[in-house]
Amino acid sequence: MITHTGKINSIQSLGALDGPGIRFVVFTQGCNLKCGCCHNPDTWSAQGGMPYTATEIVEKATHYREYFGKDGGVTISGGEPLLQAEFAREVFMLCHENGINTCLDTSGSILNDAVKALLDVTDRVLLDIKYTKNELYRKHVDCDISKILEFLDYLNEKGIPTTMRQVIIPTLNDTEENIIALKKIVTEHPCIDKVELLPFKKMCQVKYDKLGIPFPFADIPEPTAQSMQNLEKLLSEA
Amino acid sequence: MEHKNWNGFKGGVWQDEINVRDFIQQNYNEYTGDSAFLSGATERTKGLMNKLQSLFALERQFGGVLDIDTATVSSLTSYSPGYIDKDNEIIVGMQTNRPLKRGVNPFGGMRMVRQACEAYGYKLSQKVEEEFKYRTTHNDGVFRAYTDEMRAARKCHVITGLPDAYGRGRIIGDYRRVALYGIDRLIEEKKKDKAKLADGAFTTDTIRLDEELYQQITFLGYLKEMAAMYGFDISIPAENAREAIQWTYFAYLGAIKEQNGAAMSLGRVSTFFDIYIERDIKNGALTEEGAQELMDDFVMKLRIARHLRTPEYNELFGGDPMWITEAVGGMGEDGRTLVTKNSYRMLNTLYTLGSSPEPNLTVLWSASLPDTFKKFCAKVSADTDSIQYENDDVMRPIYGDDYAIACCVSAMKVGKQMQFFGARCNLAKLLLIAINGGYDTTSNMHIGPQMEVLEGDKLNYETVMERFDVYIAWLSKLYVNTMNVIHYMHDKYAYEKTQMALHDTDVGRFMAFGIAGLSVVADSLSAIKYANVCPIRDENGFITEFETTGDFPKYGNDDDRVDLIAKGMAHKVITELRKTPTYRNAVHTLSVLTITSNVMYGKNTGATPDGRKASEPFAPGANPMHNREENGALASLNSVAKISYDDCRDGISNTFSITPEALGRTEDDRITNLVSILDGYFAKKAHHINVNVLNRETLMKAYENPEAYPNLTIRVSGYAVNFNKLSREQQREVISRTFHEVI
Repeated sequence: MITHTGKINSIQSLGALDGPGIRFVVFTQGCNLKCGCCHNPDTWSAQGGMPYTATEIVEKATHYREYFGKDGGVTISGGEPLLQAEFAREVFMLCHENGINTCLDTSGSILNDAVKALLDVTDRVLLDIKYTKNELYRKHVDCDISKILEFLDYLNEKGIPTTMRQVIIPTLNDTEENIIALKKIVTEHPCIDKVELLPFKKMCQVKYDKLGIPFPFADIPEPTAQSMQNLEKLLSEA
Repeated sequence: MEHKNWNGFKGGVWQDEINVRDFIQQNYNEYTGDSAFLSGATERTKGLMNKLQSLFALERQFGGVLDIDTATVSSLTSYSPGYIDKDNEIIVGMQTNRPLKRGVNPFGGMRMVRQACEAYGYKLSQKVEEEFKYRTTHNDGVFRAYTDEMRAARKCHVITGLPDAYGRGRIIGDYRRVALYGIDRLIEEKKKDKAKLADGAFTTDTIRLDEELYQQITFLGYLKEMAAMYGFDISIPAENAREAIQWTYFAYLGAIKEQNGAAMSLGRVSTFFDIYIERDIKNGALTEEGAQELMDDFVMKLRIARHLRTPEYNELFGGDPMWITEAVGGMGEDGRTLVTKNSYRMLNTLYTLGSSPEPNLTVLWSASLPDTFKKFCAKVSADTDSIQYENDDVMRPIYGDDYAIACCVSAMKVGKQMQFFGARCNLAKLLLIAINGGYDTTSNMHIGPQMEVLEGDKLNYETVMERFDVYIAWLSKLYVNTMNVIHYMHDKYAYEKTQMALHDTDVGRFMAFGIAGLSVVADSLSAIKYANVCPIRDENGFITEFETTGDFPKYGNDDDRVDLIAKGMAHKVITELRKTPTYRNAVHTLSVLTITSNVMYGKNTGATPDGRKASEPFAPGANPMHNREENGALASLNSVAKISYDDCRDGISNTFSITPEALGRTEDDRITNLVSILDGYFAKKAHHINVNVLNRETLMKAYENPEAYPNLTIRVSGYAVNFNKLSREQQREVISRTFHEVI
C-alpha cells in the first residue's frame, strides 16, 4: 500500500468537542470553502501546513489510546479533510487496525470515489450544515446546498452514524424557520442520530487579524444564551 | 480480646494486636451505587456553618489571623475547652479556647514564633520568653550543628524551605486507633514494647527508642486528660459512630495542639467511620441525615484548624494550609473497592458546607473504582475545584491498601511508616551554579566545588552535563547531610510524641527530598542540545544571561527528546542522594512538588537557557512551563507521566486546569470526559493530578474584587487554597498558568 502524506495544520491531543468521548484531533491544511463563520481561517490556504505520513499520525494517536475509553478516538477535522481523502482513509484504516474509533469532521461538499473509500472506514461523520437555504449557501459559503445534501444522502444510504452540526449565526440562521428545515432534514436521514447547535463565536477574530484576512462576520453579534436555549428547545420538540 | 463496644463487629487478628487494617477488611461494606442516597445539610449544620463563615470573614478582615494567645504554649491540656456553639456541636474540641485563635508553639524555634506574633501586631509574652530561655529548641539544635556549607546552601537558596525552624510535619498518626482500641489498650501495648527493649543490647538506637516510648506513653495519658476536659472518657473503645469520629478527632486534635508541623495530615478515616455508621444505621440509632451531620461537624472542625506562621513561611506555602489530607477511595488487595457510602459523605461535605481547601480531599484513583464513584468525583471536581487524585494502582503494590497521603503526594502506610520531610533543592539554580563553576550570580556567593566558568561562545550539551553531574553529586551529599542534622535535632528537641504513639513502635522511615525547577532544567538542557545557547557574561566573566536561537523540543508536548531529559534528571538526583547514608536508616525518596514556592524559587534564580528571564516563576511541581504546550492537554499529561514513580516515591505533582467549555458541551459530557482523562493519565502510570475546571476570567475577577469571591477554591501544587489567601504575586502566577481551552 502507498503511504500517504498529509498536510497538517495542527494536532490537538485533547479534543472533547469533536465527536464522542476524548478525541485526538488532526486539523488538515486547506479548505475549498470560505465560510464567514469559520474559526480556523489559518487552515484555508492549501499552502503551508506540516507534512505528516498517515503512519506518523497514527503512531502519535496511539500515545493517547488510554484516554479514549469506550467512546473516544481519532477525529480528522480541518480545513476540509475531504481534500486529502486518500491520506485520511489511510489514517482511519491504520486506526482501525489499532482498534481506534474514527470520526470525520467535514462540510460534506465533495463526494468522489476517494471520499467514498474514506467513508468506508469512517465510524462517524460530523457534518456541518451551514444553512438550510441555498441562497445563504451561495452567498456565504460559495457552494450549492445540493452538494451537501447529496453527501448526506450517501451517508444515509451507507448507514454511517452522523452528527449534524450547525453554527447558529444571528441574522442568518437563528430562526424558527431554519430549525424546522433542519428537523426536516433529520427526519429524512435516519443516519443522523444527534444534532448539535453551536453558538457563533467571535474569539477567532484575533486569528483573522493575525493573518490579515478580514473577518467576514465581524459585525454579526454572538447569539445570546437565551436564544440558543429557545432554538434547542424548538429542535427537541416533536 | 473482647470489648462490649465491639459488639456486632466481625472478629479477627485486630482484636489481639493493634491492626486497624484488619478491622476494616473484616468489617467494611463496599459501596458501588451512586450518590442518590446522600442527604443535604441540616438546619443545625447550616446554622453552625454560618457562624463559621462570619468568623472566616472576620479573620480575613484582621489580615488573616483572628487572634493569638501569646501567653500559653500550645499543648494537649494547656487551654480550657473551646466551642463554636456548645449546644449545637456534635463533635467537639478546639486547638485553643476559642475558634480561630492561634496558639504559640516554640518547640520548633523561638525566632519563627516571635516573628509571626510581630507580623500580626502581637508580641510574644514575657512568660513564654522566660519559659524557653533555658530550653533548647529544634532550631537551636540544628544551628549548633550546621556546617558553614549547609548555612551557605540555605542562604543562597539552592536548598530552601527546610524544616529547621518549625515543625517538620508530614507524619500521620493512626488516629483511628484511639477510636477502635481506646487509650488504655494503646498504653498497655506500648508498655509491652518498652519492656521488650530490656531484652536487647542498650545501644544508642535502643536508648533513644526507650525514651521515645516513655514520652509516647506520657502523651497518650495527656490525650486522655484532654478528652476528659471536654467530658469524654476515651480510655475505652468508641461505642458508636459519633464516638468513633469524636475519639479519632481528639487524637488528631492532640497532634495539632502538640505539633505545628508544616503538613498535619489526617490519614484515611472515611471508610473506617463507615463501619461504625453502618452498625448504628442497622441498629436504628442513626439515619442518613444524621450520618452526614456527623461528617459535616467533623469536617467543620478540620476547616478551622490553624497554625501560626510567619509571612516568609507563607511565601513558600501560600494560603495558610495545614494539609489535613484525607485519602478517599482506592481498592483493596482482595479486589473489593474501599469506596463506601462514607467516602461519598466525605466528598459531599464540599456541597453541604461549600467548597474548601481543607481537608485536602485526595481520591485514590484506580481503573477498577466503581464507575458511579468515578463520575461522582468528576462532578465534585468540576463543581468545586477542591479535590486531587493520586494513582492507587501505582501505590497499592508498594504500600498495600491501608496507606494514606501526607501533605500533598507523600504516601505511607498508616501507623507503620513516617517520613522525615526535606522540602526541596533548586535544580535550575544548581545548573546555573554549575555553569559558573561554583558561583551563584543571584546571591553573589561562591558555593560548591570551585572551577572555571564554562568557556566558549556556545554551550555544549556534553560539557554542560558533565559539569552538572559534578554539582548534582556535590549537592546531593550536602542535602542528605543537612537533612540528617535537621531530623536528628527534631527527634531530640521536638519529637512528635502523640503522633508517634499512634504508630507501631518498629516504624518504617522515609527521608523525603525534593526538586524544584524540573521543567526549567529539562527545557534548558533541551535548548543547549537542540538549539544554540550563547552565554552572556558580566564584567567579572560570570554567565548571567543566555541568548537562545533556534527551536528546541519543550517538555509538555509528549516529545521524548526532552521528556526523557526530565525523567533522567529525577533518576540522576535520587541515585546520587542514595549514595549518602541517612539518619536512622531512612529510605531516600524524592518528590517533584513545589507547593507555591515555585514563585519564590523563580525569584531567586537567574535567567535560564530555556528563555525564562531572571526572577520569573518556575512552573509548579512537575508541570511543564506555562504556555509552552503546543499539542494540547493530553500531550502535556503524557510528558509528566513519563517521570517514574520508582525514582520519585515521594510523589510527582501535576496541576491541570481546563475551562468547562473545553471539557465538553453538556455537564454529562464534561463528567464522562474528565473520567476518561483521569483513567488515561493513570493508566500511563502517572502519579498525581490536581484538577481545576474553571475559567481564567473567574480568577481575574477574584483578583480584582476579592470580597466578591470569599470561598473561591483552587487546586495548586498538591493542595488546594482559598484564592484570596494567596499573595498578589502568587495569584498572578496562578492566573498566568496554562488553561487548556477551546481554540
